[in-house]
Amino acid sequence: MDASPQADQDLIIKVRDLVVAFGEKTILDGLSLDVRRGEILGFVGGSGTGKSVLTRAILGLVEKQGGTISVFGTDLDSVSEAGKRDLEKRWGVMFQHGALFSSLTVAQNIQVPMREYLDLSPTMMNDLAALKIEMVGLRPDAGDKFPSELSGGMIKRAALARALALDPEIVFLDEPTSGLDPIGAADFDELIRTLQQTLGLTVFMVTHDLDSLASSCDRIAALADKKVVAVGELKDMLASTHPWVKSYFRGKRALARMKG
Amino acid sequence: MTTTLSNPAFEINFAQDQATIVLTGEWTLDHGRRLEGIMRQLPVSLGEVRKASLDLKRLDRLDTLGARVIEQISHRLGSDGVKVEMQDASERHLTLIGAVRHRNEPVVPPRRSRLVELLADVGQTVVHAGQDLVRGISFIGEVVVAIGRVMLRPASFRWASLVTQLELIAFRGAPIIILITFLVGCIVAQQGIFQLRRFGATAFVVDLVGIITLRELALLLCAIMVAGRSGSAFTAEIGSMKMREEIDALRVMGLNPVDVLVVPRILALIIAMPILSFLASMAGLFGAGLVSWIYGGIAPETFLSRLQSVINYRHFSVGLIKAPFMAVVIGAIACIEGLNVKGSAESLGQQVTASVVKSIFMVIVLDGLFAMFFASIRF
Ligand SMILES: Nc1ncnc2c1ncn2[C@@H]1O[C@H](COP(=O)(O)OP(=O)(O)OP(=O)(O)O)[C@@H](O)[C@H]1O
Ligand SMILES: [Mg+2]
Repeated sequence: MDASPQADQDLIIKVRDLVVAFGEKTILDGLSLDVRRGEILGFVGGSGTGKSVLTRAILGLVEKQGGTISVFGTDLDSVSEAGKRDLEKRWGVMFQHGALFSSLTVAQNIQVPMREYLDLSPTMMNDLAALKIEMVGLRPDAGDKFPSELSGGMIKRAALARALALDPEIVFLDEPTSGLDPIGAADFDELIRTLQQTLGLTVFMVTHDLDSLASSCDRIAALADKKVVAVGELKDMLASTHPWVKSYFRGKRALARMKG
Repeated sequence: MTTTLSNPAFEINFAQDQATIVLTGEWTLDHGRRLEGIMRQLPVSLGEVRKASLDLKRLDRLDTLGARVIEQISHRLGSDGVKVEMQDASERHLTLIGAVRHRNEPVVPPRRSRLVELLADVGQTVVHAGQDLVRGISFIGEVVVAIGRVMLRPASFRWASLVTQLELIAFRGAPIIILITFLVGCIVAQQGIFQLRRFGATAFVVDLVGIITLRELALLLCAIMVAGRSGSAFTAEIGSMKMREEIDALRVMGLNPVDVLVVPRILALIIAMPILSFLASMAGLFGAGLVSWIYGGIAPETFLSRLQSVINYRHFSVGLIKAPFMAVVIGAIACIEGLNVKGSAESLGQQVTASVVKSIFMVIVLDGLFAMFFASIRF
């Protein structure tokens, strides 16, 4: 797959021969993938091919039928309850549909993990929540709004703010820019870039957005036929011979984007 | 992961009117309280200096909280008239500190006095109660119009939905309702026999149980069970559809949510309630008969013949006449509450509770009104 040998401690996520199936239907079959410390990995694949399922498998939300997953060097199968809690503190997740708690305001949503894991005064927590709200580009009054009062784009930003609440080492973003206008999407990409640089964040990003892939991802992995069929930089994708990767990166839309 | 955590700390080196503040350790979220302490303490321990430089060289780790604290400290010093500069900060630390600088002033919500809020709350509750009543009546009107539409064009009616609802309400609800009224019939008969025995009037238990079961008990128990089982389900179903904009989706497709969701449910209730009420009456009488036989020594033949002479068609029909009205009240309240659900899961829970409480309350009020009505027409 990837030729350059990587020291194991530089791999935040290591997935080997993962098999996930729902009943008779196999979604992922023998999938392997590495995510390196400090990189932004873009993950592409057709709709319904299992990108969200892979994310959920790494997070331990769906059962796997085979293979190994290790995060921060710990194998998820052999980790204790306490160890699992430690892991959960070190990752942030932004779900495809936001998954904000509907009965809490945006600020309270951001404070949920803080309350759980940190010892901070209420003033400081409010200050930090306001800070995260501003960092993701929301207006300060958004903090007092309930999720049902937000637009689609605002929900994405609020969900990102919650994912970043504990300054995690890695964030999982499931289609962060889908549903945003192109300018908003570009801002979002830049935001993720900035956060990655300032916080030393590692980003695992599922996306369909060619602009994001081209502008903010260090590496790209493509999912097809229940496996990762190509990994590498954009130029490796363009050079790939896999039919789906070819049509995705060298289709009409893609070419128009790349030229423009 | 057992890395030794080094606590955040600072040292101040004074030189004339200038101070060098050396920050050490991990300035991260794990040391929240300690950092807050530093934030309060540091500006105080500086004293009268006019110039300070923050030395970040020995900082082990920095995250947003640490950066925010540093930013706040330099902000506070700045507003005290102290000139602050950063020393030996790495590129990354500087960008992070820059990134956490608030550009917007925090918004302070306007405050009102407790008394005003209390009065406003009371007023609002009264207004809401009034609105509830008006909305309830206009909703029932809307449902009647929709039912009229169905009668004119039966082909457009959602028969499948009606049948499904009938199954859920009547077929699946029957066992528990039968069981409950059977037990209550037993209890009432036992109590009746126990009390009447003292007057040697045990046989009158048949009159007691027969009339109370047919006129009130079976229907009330049935209505309360249906409100709890089916009313809550209506509210939850319609409410979660409302939450996920499915109701709006119906509207924009030109479908009237009342036609699609409400009418089949209310019609199903109207059909199911008399049936359930009848089954409940029978179960109640059966329970009473059983207890009378075993505990009161009244043979089944005696029980039945006495029942026949006491009960006439009127007692039987009172229960059945009331049933459809109860059905409309339960159905309308459940559907209104469902349509009132706002965006949050919490609001769904509140509306379901409100639906059950309101419909049980209204069922009992309505039953009282019927009792007065039937008494005054001597039915
Ligand atoms: N809980 C589940 N039970 C059964 N099948 C599931 C479940 N979750 C996902 N699937 C199936 O797994 C497949 C992959 O779903 P997944 O959500 O991962 O798609 P995706 O690649 O994220 O697509 P999209 O780009 O549209 O979000 C789909 O065919 C879906 O029907
Ligand atoms: Mg998905």
